[in-house]
Parts: sequence; C-alpha cells; structure tokens
Amino acid sequence: MSEATREIEALIELMARLPGLGPRSARRAVLHLVKKRGGLMAPLAEAMARVAATARECATCGNIGTADVCDICRDGRRATGEICVVEDVADLWAMERAGVFRGRYHVLGGTLSALDAVGPEELRIPRLVARVGAEGVHEVILALGATVDGQTTAHYIAEALAPTGVTVTTLAQGVPMGGELDWLDDGTITAALRARKAL
Amino acid sequence: MEWRDEGALLSVRRHGETSAIIEVFTAGHGRHAGVVRGGTSRRIAPVLQPGTQLALTWRARLDAHIGAFTVEPLRSRAAAVMADRRALAALGAVTALLSFALPEREPHPALYARTVALLDALGTGADWPADYARWELALLEELGFGLDLGRCAATGSTEDLAYVSPRSGAAVSRGGAGEWADRLLPLPPLLLGGPAAPGDVARALTTTGHFLDRWLVPALGERPLPAARGRLVAALAS
Repeated sequence: MSEATREIEALIELMARLPGLGPRSARRAVLHLVKKRGGLMAPLAEAMARVAATARECATCGNIGTADVCDICRDGRRATGEICVVEDVADLWAMERAGVFRGRYHVLGGTLSALDAVGPEELRIPRLVARVGAEGVHEVILALGATVDGQTTAHYIAEALAPTGVTVTTLAQGVPMGGELDWLDDGTITAALRARKAL
Repeated sequence: MEWRDEGALLSVRRHGETSAIIEVFTAGHGRHAGVVRGGTSRRIAPVLQPGTQLALTWRARLDAHIGAFTVEPLRSRAAAVMADRRALAALGAVTALLSFALPEREPHPALYARTVALLDALGTGADWPADYARWELALLEELGFGLDLGRCAATGSTEDLAYVSPRSGAAVSRGGAGEWADRLLPLPPLLLGGPAAPGDVARALTTTGHFLDRWLVPALGERPLPAARGRLVAALAS
C-alpha cells in the first residue's frame, strides 16, 4: 500500500468511528470529500481545526462553545431568573431548536446511574445549587428524561435545592405530538392520564 | 438454544447505535443478559425501563453466547413510581442490588417471587418499606448469607429477641445481651415477621446493610454496594 493510500485509509478509519457511519459509509464520505477537495474538504478541515482549537465547556452552565462563557450565559436578555436543567448538550440544543425557552441552562453531564456508578459528585449539581443563589434564580425547570435514572436525578436535585427555597418544576409527561394511543406504551398512557387537564 | 420466560428488567446498556444489552431477573433462568436488537428505537426504548415486567424469548446458537432477546412488555412499573421519590429510590435499589449480587444464569425462584411482589407493591401506594427490609434479609439468605434469627445465641431462648451479633449474624435476646447491647445490631420485630413500629425500617436496614457490606461485598470482589441503596436509605430517613 502506498503512503497516499495509507493516509486515505487512515482517514476512512477515523470517519468510521463517527456516530451513524460504518466502514462502508465512511469510505463513501471520504471519496466524496476527496472529489470535492477545494470546495468542501479544505473548508471542512479548516473549520474542524478551528473548533478543535477553541471548543470548550462553558464555565457557568456546561454548554459547549468557543469561549470560556457561552453565548447564552453572556446574553443579558436571558437572565430571566429561570434555569432549565438538562442532561446533555444535545438536550440543550433540542430545547433551543424549539425556541420557546428564553432563560438560561445548566448541563449536568449525565444522570445518576447505578449501572455506570455515576454519583452526584460526577454531575454538576453543586454548581447548580451555587448558581441558584448567585444569579437570583426563582425557578429551576428539570428537563430530564422520563426514565428511571432521569427521574431519580430529578428527585435528588429537587432535594438538594430545597434549602434555597427556589421553585422546582419538571416537564410534563404524556402523549407526544402526532402520537396515537394505540402505539403508546402503558407507562406513557399512565403518565398522560395522571397529568390530564380540563379543556 | 431457545427459551421463553417472564422476568423483571434490571438494567439496560446501549449496544452500538441501535441495540441494547439488557439484564433481566427471571424465575427459571435467574439473572440473564442478552441483546435486544433495535432496543434504542423510539418504540422499544420506553419499554426498557428498569422494573418493567417482560415476556421474553431468548435465542442463541450456543448456550455460552450472550444471545438475543425478543421482548414484549407485560407491566410497566417505572411510570407508576416516577412521581414518588421513595418508591422510585426503592425500585432503583432493588434492581441495582439484584444486578450487583445475583450470579448469572442461576435460578432463584423464591427470591424472584418476593421481588415481583415487592416491585408490584411499590406502585400501589402500599406500605412497602417493611417489605423492602424483609426482601434484603431474603436476598442475604438466598445468596448463602442468611442470619440465624431463630433463637438467642447466648441463652438459647426464643423469646424477646432484640439484637443481632454483628460478627455471627445470630439473634441475641435482651436478657442475653446484657452489657454488650450497645455493641449489637438492632433486631426489630419486622425482621422476625412482626409488625413495623416507627423507626423500625431504618433499624432493620442498618442491620441488613451491615451484613450486605461485611459479608456480601467481600464475596463479590470488594465492589462497593450500589449507591442506589444508600439513596433509598437516605430517602426513607428524610
């Protein structure tokens, strides 16, 4: 194998480690990039190098950005006194896509998990408690998964925040948009029925 | 190889991008792991929550292989306890302790029956904390660390048993304890099948926790007890 082929093979191997890509799809992607070297591959490589050099976790909320404090935490208009607690940056991005929450976030970096031996000290819970006091927060919204680990974490946080007197709320659980009852699991139906509201 | 059984889900771990490896506790096959293809899909993932009662079919080419499960939900328990901090902590403690302590593929039908009854009680609002303490006692016994609570180790009496020796796990009567009483562990009546007075569950969990720590943990290679048990003890105390 020539040196050039080895380098391309190494690139394919790296690409195949990305989520959603396997060896065959990585090969197709690399071939596409090589064919569009000037228009796509070079700018992509430059963008990746820039982000690799500058990406870091926000020191305040744990979001990913390219500065020590992320855009959301720097934005004074988002100091609404509400903090939305999410498990992961992907959940923060999902909330931002919806565009309905205008407060700030706090990324835990996981949930309490017996299986993976993740305890409170591995999450950013002490930092959240400190923020509630320091930022004049009046409501903490727990936007964690409707899973055993997610809700165990939610109860733990609610207890940790109890001495601060802040209002702690959680997202509603029930029938998703476009959902049909026939396709729902009985746990979701139970939660939806318990959270029913008057029309 | 193929078998069908029913069991309670203990744990779920993502496997690749679309599958999951689950651990279940069944009557006939004990704690058993297997792959669920498509286990992270939107249809199946909500079903695969710890505590869920599943109808299971396990298939593998050889018995030694991890094999693959096809699962069908029978009863979801997580949704019924999610709003109740204590019940949710108990569900986490039961599933974590079983996953931690049970040997793989070794049936424990009596413990299975107690576990299913306890998990069912968690979602009904029943007075389950005393049952949970008795369940820990049964777990110890099933794994070969049973306490000898039938008679006093000092006097042989079967009356007024109030303590447990932290070394031998044998019951000690109030009269037999004498000046050693403050060095012994409490033996509340609920661990002898009696009713639970206020504070008895905490006392019972102190005793069972001692033997889980001193006997079970060293036998399993010194991994610490799952933190989920500690969270339950804290939740019941608050």
